[in-house]
Amino acid sequence: MVVSSTRSPLAEASPWADRLLERLPSPAGALAAVQGRGREALARQSLPNRRQEDWRFTDLAPLTALDPAALALVADGQGLAQLADCPAPAAGTVRLWLDGLSDPLAGQFLPAGLSRLTPEQLDQDLGHSLACCGSEQHWPVEFNQATARHCLALRVSGCVAETLELVAVADQQHTLLPVRVLLVLEENANLKVLQVQLGSGSSLSSLVVEAQLGQGAELLHGLLALGEGGACFLGHLAVEQASGSRFRSVAASRGWALFRFEPRISQVDGAAQTELLGLQLVEGPQVADTHSQVRFLGPDGALEQVHKAIADGRGRSVFDGAVSVPRLAQRTNANQISRNLLLSDQARIDTKPQLEIVADEVRCTHGATVSRLQADQLFYLQSRGIDAATAARLLKRGFCQEVLGKLPAAAAVWQPLQRLLAEA
Amino acid sequence: MISPDADLLLEIVDLHARVEDQPILKGVNLRIRAGEIHAVMGRNGSGKSTLSKVLAGHPAYTVTGGSVRFRGADLLDLDPEQRARIGLFLGFQYPVEIPGVSNLEFLRVATNARRGELGREELDTFAFEDVVRERLTVVQMDPAFLERSVNEGFSGGEKKRNEILQMALLEPVVAILDETDSGLDIDALRIVAGGVNQLATAENATLLITHYQRLLDVITPDFVHVMAAGRILRTGGKELALELEERGYDWVDQELAVLEAV
Repeated sequence: MVVSSTRSPLAEASPWADRLLERLPSPAGALAAVQGRGREALARQSLPNRRQEDWRFTDLAPLTALDPAALALVADGQGLAQLADCPAPAAGTVRLWLDGLSDPLAGQFLPAGLSRLTPEQLDQDLGHSLACCGSEQHWPVEFNQATARHCLALRVSGCVAETLELVAVADQQHTLLPVRVLLVLEENANLKVLQVQLGSGSSLSSLVVEAQLGQGAELLHGLLALGEGGACFLGHLAVEQASGSRFRSVAASRGWALFRFEPRISQVDGAAQTELLGLQLVEGPQVADTHSQVRFLGPDGALEQVHKAIADGRGRSVFDGAVSVPRLAQRTNANQISRNLLLSDQARIDTKPQLEIVADEVRCTHGATVSRLQADQLFYLQSRGIDAATAARLLKRGFCQEVLGKLPAAAAVWQPLQRLLAEA
Repeated sequence: MISPDADLLLEIVDLHARVEDQPILKGVNLRIRAGEIHAVMGRNGSGKSTLSKVLAGHPAYTVTGGSVRFRGADLLDLDPEQRARIGLFLGFQYPVEIPGVSNLEFLRVATNARRGELGREELDTFAFEDVVRERLTVVQMDPAFLERSVNEGFSGGEKKRNEILQMALLEPVVAILDETDSGLDIDALRIVAGGVNQLATAENATLLITHYQRLLDVITPDFVHVMAAGRILRTGGKELALELEERGYDWVDQELAVLEAV
């Protein structure tokens, strides 16, 4: 099948995507139909660009710098090398390696409360949360659909004692690593997930996670995304929450040439709790961008959102936090804060709350700060004999810790603080 | 405890300093010897807090004249952290909150910085815990405060106790305590003052910056200095503080007016 032939003559050319699509193997496996649709969609769409509001501050140059003729999925049967220096999983953790191709559950014992979705269930549920969050036809999502050959699809019932740790490593030059996850939490189910995404070389990691939370269900989703060199990351999280459910996303990243993360949450009947915590570090010429979107489609919902960034060197950090409170979402309580440390004259931070509030009986707050390290805090530490460099390091650690402390406990083996701050 | 032959620890000569374009210190002179407790009193705006910050090396203040020698060495030449390491301690009027930085780790890093200067070995986490637990008794502080972020959510009294705990760990040569009594109820004041008294020895010295006599009821100063308009106007014994308490600061204004008319 020659995918590029399906491109409508009216479409804007995206030679980069075309070249990449041309070289992909034919759609196959359980997601073949999805892949086909995704490729058609990509062939029709132009690459996101800065004329689009959603991408206004985000330069995709690091993405298009990746050679589309060289990017390739791991070959069948080869699997991605499991990291040699990877820490042993924490006690009570089930670790799965995701390569977007093979079944991570093959030969794997699943803890009580977790089961595979049947093909019928997969058919029914895949894409449901994306549709619910308005994520269909969104370029990073279509890109994942076009490329991912496998989806880790799990049903969750009851309280799962173990933490599910999903590790994806793109450490080979020109690796294309599409990871897709679908979690269906039944009523009152409870799950903790930690996703570790590592990328280096000129690799591209794509992640799409869908989660459905039934009434009273609770999901903690941690993302530890560590990149280096020219590696790029495009992540999308689509979550639908029934009433009485609790969802917490904790995302921490550093080191990617381009990092884009898009958590989208819909409280389908309101009356749920959402907590979004983000921390992104950029230096050198890196770009990190979090675009979040929370929609309250019923009354009595709650949101607590803290997004933090540290920008050094010529790094660029973007945060856009959309919160939608329509008329039917009375008594919504939503708080959003964006805190940023700007550590160099050449770094740049763009932060933008976007609150659309139509309901009249709500409590919504938002705020943003951009500052250097606090002079009074620095002086206090120095006045105790701590040199300026150590004091700055302590303050940066403190700044990060507020977010990292909320990752699933299983994250500790990865030493997130040390890795994020590149400490020995 | 005081002796004219004791080592001269701090010698301030004709110190002038400004913040932005505003001159605050206009010729401060003060000599502090080992074993002495000094109190600097004065109204708000007299320059007494500025004096403490200038001595500690706060970057917002610029020294425009005069000298400060700390055991004979030029103090003003040193960075704030170097001043702390050689044994100058400033207890803050408003201790700074540092979210996310554990109090225990902060105390350990600070203590090790001072120990390095004293040629003592660094304390690892375990050894330090033993030391800090023993020192907690100086200010009757709950160990739970070690696990929290530095000063975050501490009450006024807890913050001041944490300051004295730091002093107990750092074993300074000269401790400057800026309005340590402010915001303390009478019980907290006794505990904090008790800590300061325990830490005072024949080898070190304490400089209390205070507005009120009540601190001096619990820590007895050897010398009391009255500061006004950026200078030390008068120096006396502890009775001077009582006189201030009785007569208020109005007479200081009158003396100042006479002085400035000359």
